[in-house]
Amino acid sequence: MSENHDEHITPYKTYVIIWLILMALTVITVYVAREIDLGSINLFVAMIIASIKATIVALFFMHLKYEDSITWVFALYPLFLLSLLIGLTSIDVFNRIVP
Amino acid sequence: MEQLTADHVHVHHIDPVEEYEQSKFGMWLFLGTEILLFGGLFATYAIFRAKYPEMFHLDHLKLDWELGALNTIILIGSSMTMAIGVTASKKGNNKLLIIMLAITIICGLVFGFNKYLEYTAKFAHHIYPDTSIFFSLYFMMTGLHMLHVFIGLIVLLIIMILAIKGRYSASYNTHVEVGGLYWHLIDLIWIYLFPLLYLIG
Repeated sequence: MSENHDEHITPYKTYVIIWLILMALTVITVYVAREIDLGSINLFVAMIIASIKATIVALFFMHLKYEDSITWVFALYPLFLLSLLIGLTSIDVFNRIVP
Repeated sequence: MEQLTADHVHVHHIDPVEEYEQSKFGMWLFLGTEILLFGGLFATYAIFRAKYPEMFHLDHLKLDWELGALNTIILIGSSMTMAIGVTASKKGNNKLLIIMLAITIICGLVFGFNKYLEYTAKFAHHIYPDTSIFFSLYFMMTGLHMLHVFIGLIVLLIIMILAIKGRYSASYNTHVEVGGLYWHLIDLIWIYLFPLLYLIG
């Protein structure tokens, strides 16, 4: 067992800062959705903020930032499949010509 | 010769560092399948939301967004305590790890309790999964998420018991890291569920 394998240990302070950022983004999500009604781009704005939060969680809480490239590939590949699933299903459903 | 081979297979000869890396990678693979499991529901949500925007708008107003926001804060907080626990374990601070696991588990239980309050309030108003497509999706998505919270709680409880028994140290903490990854995924999915269901339905 090598004690000094080059593993990154995130300091406690980083997690508290990340948590504060996530809390701030949560407040922004609620505020934008409840107080400033942006109408049709509501969904878009909420998804952008949620994706920023999810990226922060993955990078820092899940240590993706310090993982090797193969882990990155397998972390991002499902997102590609997900975009195919949602994208192609939408194209299918909304372009059907019902006789 | 055959005997020798069989013996060889049963000996734990994997280097702990290698085991740690492989377990972590295995968990990432599993998390990919989890994203696609929820992905089917997200796709369904996208289609029906686009088809029936009025129904989604009217029905989402019946949800308690304040309770949803509280649960978001609790779950993100529990993700932080879990992450702190992982660092504590890597630094060999077993006591802090146990405390952080305990806080994380309590947060998970409070989350579940709030969910229970929410569901019972919905049932009291005669809102069930078959009320509308929106509520069908609401119960299915939050229910499947809740199932993951329960499984996560069991995993964390086992890790806490092992931590109390002194199984983890600065040089061995595979379970803590991998269990933590699973817990963070639960948080990650909720980050999308909260705005989609409670805020902009």
